[in-house]
Amino acid sequence: MSDKTRSPRRLFLQRAAVLGGAVSMPMIFTASKTHAAATLNFLAWYGNGEPDVVGAFEEAHNVKVKSKYYTGGDNMLALISQSPPGTYDVILSDAEYVTQLHQANYLEKLNPEDYPFDDFFPEFRRFPVPGFWERNDLYAVPVSFGFLGLTYNMDVIDAKAARSYELLWRDSVKGKVGHFDWGLPNIGCLSLYDGNKSPFDINAAAFQNLEKTTLSLRPQVKGFFDYGGVLSSLRNGEVQVMCGIGDWISGVLEKDGAPITTVVPKEGGIQFTEGLGIGKKSGNIELARKLIQYLTSPEGQTRKALMQAYPTAVPNRKAWKKLMRENPAEAKRARMNLNDDNMIKDIRAGRIQLRRLPVQQSLESWNDLWIEYKNA
Amino acid sequence: MNKINRFSACYIVPPALWQALFFLGPLLFLCALSFWRVEFFRLQPDFTFANWQKVYAQSYFWRAFGVTVVFASVGAVLTSIIAFPAAFHIAFRLSPSARRLALMALGVPFFTSYLVRIYSWQVYLGDFGVINTLLVRVGLESTQMLNTAFGTFVGYVTLCLPLVILLQVFGFSQVDRQLLSTAHNLGCGPFRVVFAVVIPRARAGLTLAILFAFILIFGDFASPIYLGGATSQTLSILITDLTKAGQQWPRAAVVAVTMVVTLLTVAFAALRFAYRGEE
Repeated sequence: MSDKTRSPRRLFLQRAAVLGGAVSMPMIFTASKTHAAATLNFLAWYGNGEPDVVGAFEEAHNVKVKSKYYTGGDNMLALISQSPPGTYDVILSDAEYVTQLHQANYLEKLNPEDYPFDDFFPEFRRFPVPGFWERNDLYAVPVSFGFLGLTYNMDVIDAKAARSYELLWRDSVKGKVGHFDWGLPNIGCLSLYDGNKSPFDINAAAFQNLEKTTLSLRPQVKGFFDYGGVLSSLRNGEVQVMCGIGDWISGVLEKDGAPITTVVPKEGGIQFTEGLGIGKKSGNIELARKLIQYLTSPEGQTRKALMQAYPTAVPNRKAWKKLMRENPAEAKRARMNLNDDNMIKDIRAGRIQLRRLPVQQSLESWNDLWIEYKNA
Repeated sequence: MNKINRFSACYIVPPALWQALFFLGPLLFLCALSFWRVEFFRLQPDFTFANWQKVYAQSYFWRAFGVTVVFASVGAVLTSIIAFPAAFHIAFRLSPSARRLALMALGVPFFTSYLVRIYSWQVYLGDFGVINTLLVRVGLESTQMLNTAFGTFVGYVTLCLPLVILLQVFGFSQVDRQLLSTAHNLGCGPFRVVFAVVIPRARAGLTLAILFAFILIFGDFASPIYLGGATSQTLSILITDLTKAGQQWPRAAVVAVTMVVTLLTVAFAALRFAYRGEE
């Protein structure tokens, strides 16, 4: 059939449809591009990129937070060092590894004006672990913290006995002492027991004593566990006491009704702190900044404090007020109640030391001690 | 002649290529890796003996080596002893159809992940687990089983038992049934028949069964961690310790190469014993 035999109206409609389609196609593509969610790559401990923490942020900014979870700071550094620059937009890191991230030039410089430091407790405004602030330049913002001390089963161990790490050596808990399989916090707590006021900054003689103290605990030990193993062994009573862990594990069990709690003994406790930074050469600096702003805001901080994977304390005072208003029971349980005995008071009383990498020995020496201890 | 060559090449080349790609290549890379160094959590190609010196100088490495060899040996013998009556019954007592069914049933445990099977043992072995609850109910004292060497061996037997039974049945299939009835007719008691006729005749299959159990246990990670509570350090646990602490993959490679060499030595010795005097 030639064009001449076709009805002009039909021909017009056909051509109009083709033309209209051709013209609207780019608009369709443009429109779909406009509505497609951008992606933000987030390198973090497990749970931080889940909807209960970042869901509201994703919705508000039409962005998909794509999380890569790691297990331990060494694993995180390996992932970054083996990936091209710019792979991760936002990095959540333990404080001692922020130091290493900064030394390796893996973090972008941040503008302090962008973050709510005025709302933070003073202890977290200019956070003293190297890497967060270098002179007046900011590289990471503290987002959460917690204490590591003595975790025990309240049904079988008296609160009085848990006032000192000395409990770990008692006959009553022989074969009931467990360890989370990470040397640094465990040895740090034992260093406090040895009387080292700065548990990670000790001389050769003190380290030698620490080796003896650590190895003397070995006959008491039931086992060395990963995160899941710690939860199940404490839950089922196989293990009654542990040092070097805190509310980030025991809080999960406590909220579930298990008689497990963490206390800071008289010798002191260790503070872990998580910081957020922007990965070097990130292609999403603006969105990355907004995610950090969200996670340090009262709303984001409250979500972080209540996250399902592991509960943490947060440094934003306004978030504490919000939590006290909205969930007073959890504010009390997690000791984030401004009007009560709380975690900031512990810090101000000088009972808490920051977790950091060993100062006078190499990290390798401490790791060797841990492997030696496990094999003893 | 050319046709025959091409035909045999079709048979020889694919498995050779497969071995080269997935066994020899990774093994050579593992050896090379043991001479590399780690610089700020990044692997750097090098040719240094520092990793070998470091690992071999540690007393805990040799302790873990000893524990692993002893555990693998005891576990392999224990599993073989437990498997023997079942394999004997399947091979000599069951009808052919029941034997086929029993052999198929031995594959069922492999339908579930080994890790799940190991975790499920925790429910039974725990201080307040099923077994201890039953013990207390009948007036006995509860006993510690989880996070002990006993727990580790329960895991090892779980890992190896079905395979060891299968290999032992395969070994018994090599035994001429006529010999059994002849021995019996000549006045041998049942135990003498087993020790004087069955075991020597099934030597190859029985040795292979022990060897496979040894190999599986030697590299097992799940049992000593999740049932043994890592209280007895094995080489597989040491590998994870080395990779976790400072990403020391080259040092872990030293341990892995040592394990491979040990296993090859044991395997060649076992095969030699299994087929000795058969040529």
